[in-house]
Amino acid sequence: MGKLAIGCFPGLVGNMTFDFAMKLADAAADKGHSVSIWFSGNATGSVKAHQKHLKDYSTGEKPLLALIAKGVEICTCEACTVARGVQKPESIEGVQWNAMHWYLARVHAADRVLLIGGE
Amino acid sequence: MGDVKVAMIVQKPQYKGETSRLAITHAISYQTVEILLEDGETVTPKLCFIGEGVLGLQKGQNAMELYGITSTESHMKNTLLVDLDVLVCKEDLDKYGIPEDAMPNADEMGADKTIQVVPFAEIQKAIEEANHVMFF
Repeated sequence: MGKLAIGCFPGLVGNMTFDFAMKLADAAADKGHSVSIWFSGNATGSVKAHQKHLKDYSTGEKPLLALIAKGVEICTCEACTVARGVQKPESIEGVQWNAMHWYLARVHAADRVLLIGGE
Repeated sequence: MGDVKVAMIVQKPQYKGETSRLAITHAISYQTVEILLEDGETVTPKLCFIGEGVLGLQKGQNAMELYGITSTESHMKNTLLVDLDVLVCKEDLDKYGIPEDAMPNADEMGADKTIQVVPFAEIQKAIEEANHVMFF
């Protein structure tokens, strides 16, 4: 099966692009592909634990935990994340923290690369 | 695969959103990716500015003085300092009336590279030669 490297930049709330990225990763993982997701920009706000899932808003925690359980690698840009006031101990368990070269390394190994742009 | 070529295409100005600025910093990170790769493996980005992406590259920016943040000009100098290939679409510069000599350089920092103002055909070639293309 293939290796898919997804770069995800949009914010969790305000559009459905983040949700699409999660659904796509889930579908690819279900088909047996190896999937990695890199969060940068506003998408890094999604890694904060203890999100309250109000029905009018997208949530990051539930799909991220499900993807991690399926073996999807998820990493957040440390600089982007701390710039938004989220510290590592507050992060969803299983999310990796690293720098931008993490994404480039996954791009190097990938058969297909998607960059899902943000604001 | 030894070297993986990535064409990073910036279509939006940095002052309209964070993503186009992140294109620049992601490209610069090619310098340190080798710590996560095997011997002989590399990633080679080409950073290309097209459309509205050519806006906001001009020299003489004062973002640090006025906003306390790094300017796009400063980021562009860093790309040159780490020997990135930076291509700026000539047709789009002409469209917006931006002269080629408004592009910054990093001569004073000792950079060997300069920003390459090129016809779109050159950027198209970079896209065709790349293993992966990213649109920012």
